Order: sequence, then C-alpha cells, then structure tokens
Amino acid sequence: MTSTTDQVAGLDDLAATTLLRFATAGSVDDGKSTLVGRLLHDSKSVLTDQMEAVEAVSAQRGQEAPDLALLTDGLRAEREQGITIDVAYRYFATARRRFILADTPGHVQYTRNMVTGASTADLAVVLVDARNGVIEQTRRHAAVAALLRVPHVVLAVNKMDLVGYQESVFAAIAEEFTAYASDLGVPEITAIPISALAGDNVVDASANMDWYGGPTVLEHLETVPVSHDLTACPARFPVQYVIRPQSAEHPDYRGYAGQIASGVLRVGEAVTVLPSGRTSVIEGIDALGESVDIAWAPQSVTLRLKDDIDISRGDLIAPSANAPATTQDVEATVCHVADQPLAVGARVLIKHTTRTVKAIVKEIPSRLTLDDLSQHPAPGQLVANDIGRVVVRTAEPLALDPYADSRRTGSFLLIDPADGTTLAAGMAGESFASRAETTVQADEEGWDF
Amino acid sequence: MTTVAHVHDETDAPYALSHLDALESEAVHIFREVAGEFEKPVILFSGGKDSIVMLHLALKAFAPAPVPFTLLHVDTGHNFPEVLEYRDRTVAEHGLRLHVASVQEYIDAGKLRERPDGTRNPLQTVPLTEAIQSLRFDAVFGGGRRDEEKARAKERVFSLRDEFSQWDPRRQRPELWQLYNGRHAPGEHVRVFPLSNWTELDVWQYIAREGIELPEIYFAHEREVFLRNGMWLTAGEWGGPKEGETPETRLIRYRTVGDMSCTGAVDSDAATLDAVIAEIAVSRLTERGATRADDKMSEAAMEDRKREGYF
Repeated sequence: MTSTTDQVAGLDDLAATTLLRFATAGSVDDGKSTLVGRLLHDSKSVLTDQMEAVEAVSAQRGQEAPDLALLTDGLRAEREQGITIDVAYRYFATARRRFILADTPGHVQYTRNMVTGASTADLAVVLVDARNGVIEQTRRHAAVAALLRVPHVVLAVNKMDLVGYQESVFAAIAEEFTAYASDLGVPEITAIPISALAGDNVVDASANMDWYGGPTVLEHLETVPVSHDLTACPARFPVQYVIRPQSAEHPDYRGYAGQIASGVLRVGEAVTVLPSGRTSVIEGIDALGESVDIAWAPQSVTLRLKDDIDISRGDLIAPSANAPATTQDVEATVCHVADQPLAVGARVLIKHTTRTVKAIVKEIPSRLTLDDLSQHPAPGQLVANDIGRVVVRTAEPLALDPYADSRRTGSFLLIDPADGTTLAAGMAGESFASRAETTVQADEEGWDF
Repeated sequence: MTTVAHVHDETDAPYALSHLDALESEAVHIFREVAGEFEKPVILFSGGKDSIVMLHLALKAFAPAPVPFTLLHVDTGHNFPEVLEYRDRTVAEHGLRLHVASVQEYIDAGKLRERPDGTRNPLQTVPLTEAIQSLRFDAVFGGGRRDEEKARAKERVFSLRDEFSQWDPRRQRPELWQLYNGRHAPGEHVRVFPLSNWTELDVWQYIAREGIELPEIYFAHEREVFLRNGMWLTAGEWGGPKEGETPETRLIRYRTVGDMSCTGAVDSDAATLDAVIAEIAVSRLTERGATRADDKMSEAAMEDRKREGYF
C-alpha cells in the first residue's frame, strides 16, 4: 500500500467541529472493504498497532499484501468466512470534520443491516463495479437509501482501473443511476469515478482521470452540508423523563427532559402537549446546566412550562401553531428485521419516540420487490428483510409525523411483546413505493420471492 | 466552562452543533432513556476516565435532581491507590451509592483461582455477573467505546445479555434511528454504552472543555516500573517485579486505568490536559494497543471475554 497524501490526522484535526454520519453499501465483490480500508488508511486513521495486527494475520494466512478487510471485520466468524456479517462503526477525523462510518454488509440477506446503518446516516455511499454497472443490488441499495430518506447519496463507480479509466463507462453508469435514484426521490446524488485498490479519487485526486473535475470521495464527505433539515422542520419534543428534585434547594422545579427531535424551541413560545392537547408556554429552557433562550435539534435539554399540567414520558411537546395530528391508525412502510414473520392479526408493541403502546397489525396491503420496485398485494405476512406496507391500529393515539418530514418523529419500531424482539423498522406515511404502480394483480398467485 | 452549543462556531450552518455537543447530547439522551425505561440501572464506575465522563454526563442529564442510578465497581484487588481514593471521594461528593464486587474476596473464598500470569483482568467477569444477578440490576452502563477495539466496533448501544450475561454478536438486535429497545426477560439485562460513538480524543477534549478532575496517574509523573511482555508495569506488592525483572524510575503516565497487573504505562512528559491531548492527537498507537496486555493474548481476546459477560 502506498500513501500519497500529506494529510496526517494530528493536532490540526482538533479544529474539526462538525460530525458527519455516513453509511457504505455495496455488493459482496464491489470492493467495499477496500474502499473503507483505503479511506481509513489514506486519511492516516489506521494506527500502527492495528496495521501491524493486520499484517501479521495476513502473513500468517500466506497472503502477499495486508488484507485491509481485516481492519473492519472484527468478529471471529467474519474473519473465518471472509465476509462482513454485521454493521460495524468506524471513527476517523480530518482537519475539516469528524466521521462516524456505519460499515454495512452487502449480502442480500442482510438488507436489514443496511437499513440499520442508513437510519442514522446523513449520507450513503453506494458502490458499483464499473465493469458490471448498475445491477439489481445497486437498485436495492438506492431504494433503501431513498426509503430511509438519507439526504445525500454518493455513487462510487469503483474499479475504474479495470475499464481503462474511460469517461464514457463512468458517464453511462452515473446517468443510469442518477435517473433511477432521482425517480425514487433521493434528493442529492453525487457520482465519483474511483479505484479503491489504486487509490484514485478516494482521498487524493486521480492522475488517471483528467476528465473528472469533481471532488474525491473524502473531499465530498468533508464538505457536504449536515443537519440543515432538522432545524428547518416544525419543533418536536418527545418527553423522556420528568425531573422533579423536590429538594430544599429546588422545591418547585419541574422540568421535562428530552432531546429536541426537530426544529427550534424558544422561551415564550406557546406549546401544545400531545396526545392530551393541553396548552402552555415555555417558561425556561435548561441546556444541560445553563439557562438559554433558544435551543434546537438535536440538543438534549430540559423544558419548564408556565402551567403545572400533567405531562409524563411519552408525551410530545410541539408549538401550538404547528402541532402534529394524533392517530390510532398508522399507515407505514416497514422493513422487517426479525427472523420470525410478521402476519396480519399480530399483536405487537409500537415504540414511537419515547412512547410504547400496544397495537395490532390490521393489514399488510403490499410487499415491495426492491429489484424492480413492483408491489405484490396482500402477501399475508412479511419475513426477514421484506419491505412492505402495513396498517397498524394502536391502543392509544400517537403524534406521528410523516417520515418524509421527520426521520425522528416519523419512525417507529414494532416489537414482539412476548420476547422483546425488534420485529420491524417503520416509516409512517406515504413512501416512494406507494407512488409506483401496482404491477401484479391480486389474482396472480404465482409470483416468486 | 460552558455547556451551551456554539452558534456559528466555525461551521456554515446557522444551527449546527459542534461534534462534542452532538456526542454529549446523544449520550444524555441515552441516560434519560434508561432512567425512563428500566427499574434498577447501575453505572460501572472504576475511577477511569471513561466512567468519570459517564458520571459527569449523568449528573448533567438529571440536574438539578440527583443521578437516579447507583454505581458498581469491580475491584480486582490490584487497583491503583490513587484511583480508589478518587473513586471514594467522588462517590461521597455527589452523595452516590457504590457497590463493590471484590475479586480478592472471590479468590480468598476459593471461588476464583489466581492465574499463573498474575493477570486479574479476566477474573473480573464472575464477580461482575454475580453482582448484576444478586443485586438484580436490569441495565448496566459501561464506558466502552467502539473505537477501542474491533469487537467493540460491533457492539450496540443497548446490548441485550442473557441470564448468564453472555453477548452473542450474531444475535444482536438491529439498532435503528435513536429508538433503543430495552425489552428483556426476567434475569436478562441490558448493557448500555452511552460513549459508543466517542473516540479517545473526544473523551479528552470533553474532559478539558468541562474541566473534569481526573486521578493523577493520567498525567506524567515519576514512578517505579518494570518491563514485562513489552509493558511498563507499576512495581508493587501485587506481584512484580519478579526475578529477572528490573525496576527503574521513569517519567510515565497512564492512558487507561485498570488492574495494575495488565495496565501498562506510557513514557510521557504530558503533565497537563493540553499536553495529554497534544500527545494523543499525534500518537500512532491505539489506547489498548499501547497499554493493555490482556488484549494481546489472542486475535479475538476481547470478543471472547465479551461473550462471557465482560464489559
């Protein structure tokens, strides 16, 4: 491995102030581990003892060069099988920014892991092999990124060295992918031609592709804007915990602790508490020890209200001028993440923000085929890694926003009340999938999984 | 010392949070989730920097009310006296309740046997898991960070453990958004890692920003040490130096605080927080690689210990 950069993670990085969370997705042999290894290695984020360990194990196995995948495959079973089984989180920094990378496996059967990684990501890197172009798995990754509303998607066209660094190859793939992903509603797509193995356009600009004038992968990661959307939305404050010291020093203190899910809150603002509908005014905001006039997502704060009203964990505080409706009939897209199936009639728990209530699955109107985005009506149940539409009736009203408006207040979990298993990841409201035509009629039973 | 987020602080967004504010906010959210969902949580507190930061975050999360958790320390019997002194002083200062599970008591009672290499770190698992069971803790906060080690990189923030405290990396719950699922059967518990997304440098920068006091052994001082398996270990009654090992006085500090038998010192003249941060920022060794003998026992040493219930 050679390194061609002078950028050393060091003292200069202490100035880096913002945090970008991103996820990688790619098929098994697209070179995802190599890309991650290259990013870590070329940004000088692999420390000597880690590299020595990788070199030692590679040599012991008789491999000629250090296997960078060993940097990311941390479990015994992963190293034995040479595959990534589970999401791992990596941390690195440059002078401009700190990064949390959710390194997700590419296997088809681990779609739930990509969902896990993408749920908190500001950006997803979708990797394709330049020789193969956009394949089924690429569409699947784009669909998951769109479904999860990841704000930025990077298409990394890898192995450009194996197609003679031809601009036409890259342009065709970028065009096809951009058209497909835009159709799905991915708001921003950046296509970058790279060779993870040779190091082209990962950290350093490639001398082999003069025709490309855009940023390298790392430059893009360093400069893409983060978290704007959270504060532009209406404010939402799920109450986590009521703080009542009842001490001599604070006999009357009653604070509602929580993390602002979206938007901005100000002292003096009129607020409504859901689901009760009671109203009050924000009297004070305590930002972890300091009294402030204004706070915004995703700050953890404590609110004090003018009126002493009944508020507990699970309630939602929102501006009276822009409060969400409450409902007991939840329509959503879910990704099924458990091994046990989810069937119509199942009694489940739904965890939405800080509120957990009983619910029943009333309908499963359709199951989505990610390959072509067609929908199969009334599948009866969802199994592991399925994505489908569900209608859920809840025992108590929930203040849900559409997921398209807020990833935090539009998302929920379905939980098996018997053993606590997380069954499904839910996204409330319409999704891109519901716009697509239903291509299979109800009387056609012979569709394949 | 300021705790409020900084607007326009070297960022282009009007409402951006600095990375430390974002990590702090996330950790506080995790503490409050546990307080809201569990019956009897406990914080593993060793007097090391990560557990000190955890306690500081917990104090902020529930202020002006007291921290609604007790503390648990697994005392190996070979802990640094400065750290035990710090531990007891901190507990008293904040009016907290501390449980101590003692490895020495297990050895004295014949329930654990001293290892030939003298390392007591792996022996902590039994007293820890038995304390969790007998005191019926249902959520156990640990200061583990995913940047420490490759098995820890796979760890969830909420990590379900069975009645034997075992971790099964292949049967972890997917963790989606910030929706942590803490459901568990009686006898099971959940390990909770609020510092999952912090790096060693983040921890030090946060300590500096918040003005948090630490045990003195984190800063450069002269100490009698001897070399064993490539580690500078503190000389003392716990079992060193042995024949053939020569004690010498060196200017050192500790990057991690653990059992004296397996926690190595690093040569350092960093006597202040700023100097420590500068030293770590340019270090080419990971925290564990530099100072932990037990992680070097095999390629999967941490994974294997975690499976058995280690923190």
